Amino acid sequence: MIPEIGQFALWLALGLAVALGTLPLIGAWRRDLFWMQSAFSLATGMFVFTLISFICLLIAFVTDDFSVAYVANNSNTLLPVYYKVSAIWGAHEGSFLLWTLVMAGWTLAVALRSKHLPIVISSRVLGIMGLISVGFLLFMLMTSNPFDRTLPIVPQDGADLNPQLQDFGLIVHPPMLYAGYVGFSVAFAFAIAALLTGKLDAAWARWSRPWTNVAWAFLTVGIALGSWWAYYELGWGGWWFWDPVENASFMPWLTGTALIHSLAVSEKRGAFKSWTVLLAIATFSLSLLGAFIVRSGVLTSVHSFAVDPERGLFILAFLIIVVGGSLLLYAVRAPAISGHSGYSGPSREVMLLLNNLLLVAALAGVFIGTLYPLAYEWLTGGRLSVGPPFFNAVFVPLMVMLTMVLGLAPFSRWKQTSFAHLWQELRWVLLASVVLGLVLPLIFAGVLHWQAVLATTLGLWVLLPHLKDLWQRAGYRWQGLSRPPRAHWGMLIAHVGFAFAVIGVGITSHYSVEQDVRMAPGQPVQVGERIYTLQNVRERQGPNFIADRATIEVQKGNRSYMLYPEKRHYFVRDIVMTQAAIRPRLDRDIYLALGDPLGGGAWSVRVHDKPMVRWIWLGALLMALGGVWAIRDKRYQRRRLRDQGRLDGVQTPARAGGQAGMPVAGRGSEAGSS
Amino acid sequence: MHPVRRNRLITVLFALTGVAVTAGLVLNALSENINLFYTPEEVVAGAAPEGVRIRVGGLVADGSISRPDTEGVDVEFVVSDMDGSDFRVRYSGLLPALFREGQGVIATGRLDENRMFIAEEVLARHDETYVPAEIMDIHNNAKAAQAAARSAQYDD
Repeated sequence: MIPEIGQFALWLALGLAVALGTLPLIGAWRRDLFWMQSAFSLATGMFVFTLISFICLLIAFVTDDFSVAYVANNSNTLLPVYYKVSAIWGAHEGSFLLWTLVMAGWTLAVALRSKHLPIVISSRVLGIMGLISVGFLLFMLMTSNPFDRTLPIVPQDGADLNPQLQDFGLIVHPPMLYAGYVGFSVAFAFAIAALLTGKLDAAWARWSRPWTNVAWAFLTVGIALGSWWAYYELGWGGWWFWDPVENASFMPWLTGTALIHSLAVSEKRGAFKSWTVLLAIATFSLSLLGAFIVRSGVLTSVHSFAVDPERGLFILAFLIIVVGGSLLLYAVRAPAISGHSGYSGPSREVMLLLNNLLLVAALAGVFIGTLYPLAYEWLTGGRLSVGPPFFNAVFVPLMVMLTMVLGLAPFSRWKQTSFAHLWQELRWVLLASVVLGLVLPLIFAGVLHWQAVLATTLGLWVLLPHLKDLWQRAGYRWQGLSRPPRAHWGMLIAHVGFAFAVIGVGITSHYSVEQDVRMAPGQPVQVGERIYTLQNVRERQGPNFIADRATIEVQKGNRSYMLYPEKRHYFVRDIVMTQAAIRPRLDRDIYLALGDPLGGGAWSVRVHDKPMVRWIWLGALLMALGGVWAIRDKRYQRRRLRDQGRLDGVQTPARAGGQAGMPVAGRGSEAGSS
Repeated sequence: MHPVRRNRLITVLFALTGVAVTAGLVLNALSENINLFYTPEEVVAGAAPEGVRIRVGGLVADGSISRPDTEGVDVEFVVSDMDGSDFRVRYSGLLPALFREGQGVIATGRLDENRMFIAEEVLARHDETYVPAEIMDIHNNAKAAQAAARSAQYDD
């Protein structure tokens, strides 16, 4: 009964989505207030019914209702209850239901928080999000219904959740990632609404920015969690594989990052407007492309799961409609919205332009590397793969250039910045970065790798100017630290996070020691600076698995500790999994993964000594924090109040832009922040 | 020059430089880092080049996993298409946890002069229903062959 309610709720949600995708848009076109206002209640209704559907699936999982095929395939009575809940998004159908729920959630959030916008804009934004929801809901009901029954033969017990997914990572990683992917639909909807309205001004950029920042922060955390999860779960000790599925999430992140920066220019200076719109379209399209790559299985990936070509086809068609439709609209309307503003030399505009170009170039490289195998197979029928060396060769030089520009960011000014000014402010910082970049790796590791020196120098070259800028703005006093506006703090935190990640990547890539060794009981093996001794391997019984559990002593000098890597055999699915043992520290991870028995009590063991690998994820978290911090800026709060004051002028949306376009530059304290 | 035009010129020049640099990087990197995929049949027939980094795939032959030396972590196994073509693979390191006889596997590495495949990386399936696209055909053929053999048994 409950699964039927869930399915029925999905159909109702689809009906509401169709209404949401049509009525407000028509209303906005005909300037019909009643139709436009329907967007708010329709958005709420769509969310409520999607939520009901999600709760029905949740109940089916928690009560072990194996008459539902999806539950039978992905759960088991032995599964702990928190994995039963997260198993909802452990496979295709359920994860798409989560995706749709997140979409409805974003739509509701927009409905709740944009009452102060001119209704012509908000109703269009909601209408477009409704249209996107129609696509998602149709996809689910047509190709991947999570409520299909196994009747008449109901299995006694479920086939269990894939052991690889029985992990904390599954609980948090997909929801975060989806929140990011789908969140970019808000920026997309704002862009399309602006094209439809034919009006793209600073006010538009200001409305769009908080949403874009939040979506970007979610995606950043999602990617970082995915990287961290793959690191400890797959048992290879790598944190990034340049794998198609990873690239699928990384591509919208690159354009999303460009979009955040381009929006800053659009808001503050009224420039780059049509480019910003294009980026918003591209970012959401790449999110959909990501869904296509992951769900269609057209590319071989270590993260791929069983797939269905029909689903791929549906997403591809949807993708073509979204990209084609929005680009067509863009081609027709973009000339009307482009704006001019003067800037020259090494101004902040030019810096942000460089930022955008480098990020888009990086995107192009990742895009080509990811899709080249597909194009090659399609054209020649042959098969090939593009390995990590390709991505590194393309990506790293571009990031080096990006980092060089980033160091100048806090001291660049809008319109015009003189080289003399930059040199004046940054010469000592530059010197310090180079010297410390040489000295720190030497102290840390005792040997020099020029790549690690470069990465450290670049990281410091980002870090130090931002700290200097902060100290200056604080008036060289600790009490002054509350002085810079939150938006500025946000930028600072995010850029410092980026610096951390750069240093982490550089150090861990070049100072890691990775070795697969044979360990016999009681015989010490030296890897790097540490000595590893296998004490014993014992059997351990888990809730739904049996494990071989090794006890390995790690020794450096006279300090030692034990690590317990496991090899688990999950009996329901008859799958073997490695459970790496990690000693995580801010300066160094020691990572052990158990391989196979080699006879005579000896085992093969993977030993990784990974300095500063945590800095990568820490950096990503700081970036996300910065993104969220920035939208707590007073100007977003203050403007909301002011916008509310003129809500009565519903029929004349043109006023909103004319008013908000100007005062930005006049504000001394805010003009410097982005 | 008019400031707007000058800005446009700057933008266009930046964009062109960016495109040129990226294109150069991409083309250079692509030419060096593509790994072509070969089936066991192609490896046996000599279509796969020696000493060049390639990818191969197939099923791990039953009973073929062996450890040639007692000191290190080397392992050898046979990759087959279950249709008469197979070749030996040597790998030094930990095999993926899901590596198993009779299962699909993809390896990246080089063929040596004895047509032994020296693998740098070995990938196994990720979950039991997933088969990498490259070896889907091999996998399906093998499944069909097994099914045929089984039904032949029952017929007797």
